[in-house]
Amino acid sequence: MLAEPSGGLVEIDEGALLISLRRGDDEAYEALVRRYGGRLWQVARRFLGEAEAADAVQEAFLSAFRAIDRFDGNSKISTWLHRIVVNACLMRLRKKSHQMEQSLEPLLPSFLEDGHRVAEGPGWDSSPETRLERRELQERVRDAIDRLPLSYRSVILLRDIEGLSGKETAEVLDLSVNAVKVRLHRARLALRETLADSLQRDRRPH
Amino acid sequence: MTCRELIDFLMAYLDEELPSSERLEFERHLGICTDCSDYLDSYRETVRLGQILCQDPDGPPPGIPEDLVAAILAARQKSSPES
Repeated sequence: MLAEPSGGLVEIDEGALLISLRRGDDEAYEALVRRYGGRLWQVARRFLGEAEAADAVQEAFLSAFRAIDRFDGNSKISTWLHRIVVNACLMRLRKKSHQMEQSLEPLLPSFLEDGHRVAEGPGWDSSPETRLERRELQERVRDAIDRLPLSYRSVILLRDIEGLSGKETAEVLDLSVNAVKVRLHRARLALRETLADSLQRDRRPH
Repeated sequence: MTCRELIDFLMAYLDEELPSSERLEFERHLGICTDCSDYLDSYRETVRLGQILCQDPDGPPPGIPEDLVAAILAARQKSSPES
């Protein structure tokens, strides 16, 4: 059963919440978890899948609790927590990725010597949602993202899925803004190749 | 501009970061190469699908499982916050 995020879209008084948190007020901690937990849970599931997400969210909250005195209040609590959970997820992904990290090259488009692209066949369905169940599409996109090497997957998740800016992504991943751009582009190309099989228009007329 | 070069510039083109001379060349190539113009569409579509499919705008606002709330609060008690 899911708890309703308390407060909904209503702005809460972050300053007052912060004071209560620093006082060690149990209710304030519960309010914090309920108010922001849903969003963090959603982020963690995207990065790690359902099974591991709970651990990452718990880790994230515990490190946030420990750091609450050092939180400077310059950013919003939601932004601060978002960054903490992303870091918790990335740490877990890094631990796992050693054995399975693969090269991106096989997933990139291929070219002929004269610079022309190797022909791929028909273009894509203009609205795949009408042909495929939303859930099925969702799974294909998820699988395709999961197949990307971590250094690319994390960039595409942060930029395209989480909607962070290039600069924010660069900070979270400790990369230059330019490196983020290059990786994002390559990650999208690879994702596109992976999705192509599923989304190309059927060659046969119906 | 070859197909390979065009693909290198795709993101910059969509982000409107291409200088006008390169933009012109880019668009000229697009005008004569159906493969590349299909490719541009599918690149755009990839970004769009990633964005919409990982969100669920029709679903309820994200909640957090009740047992996870309990676990987090219990773990906080156990680790007895420094003060």
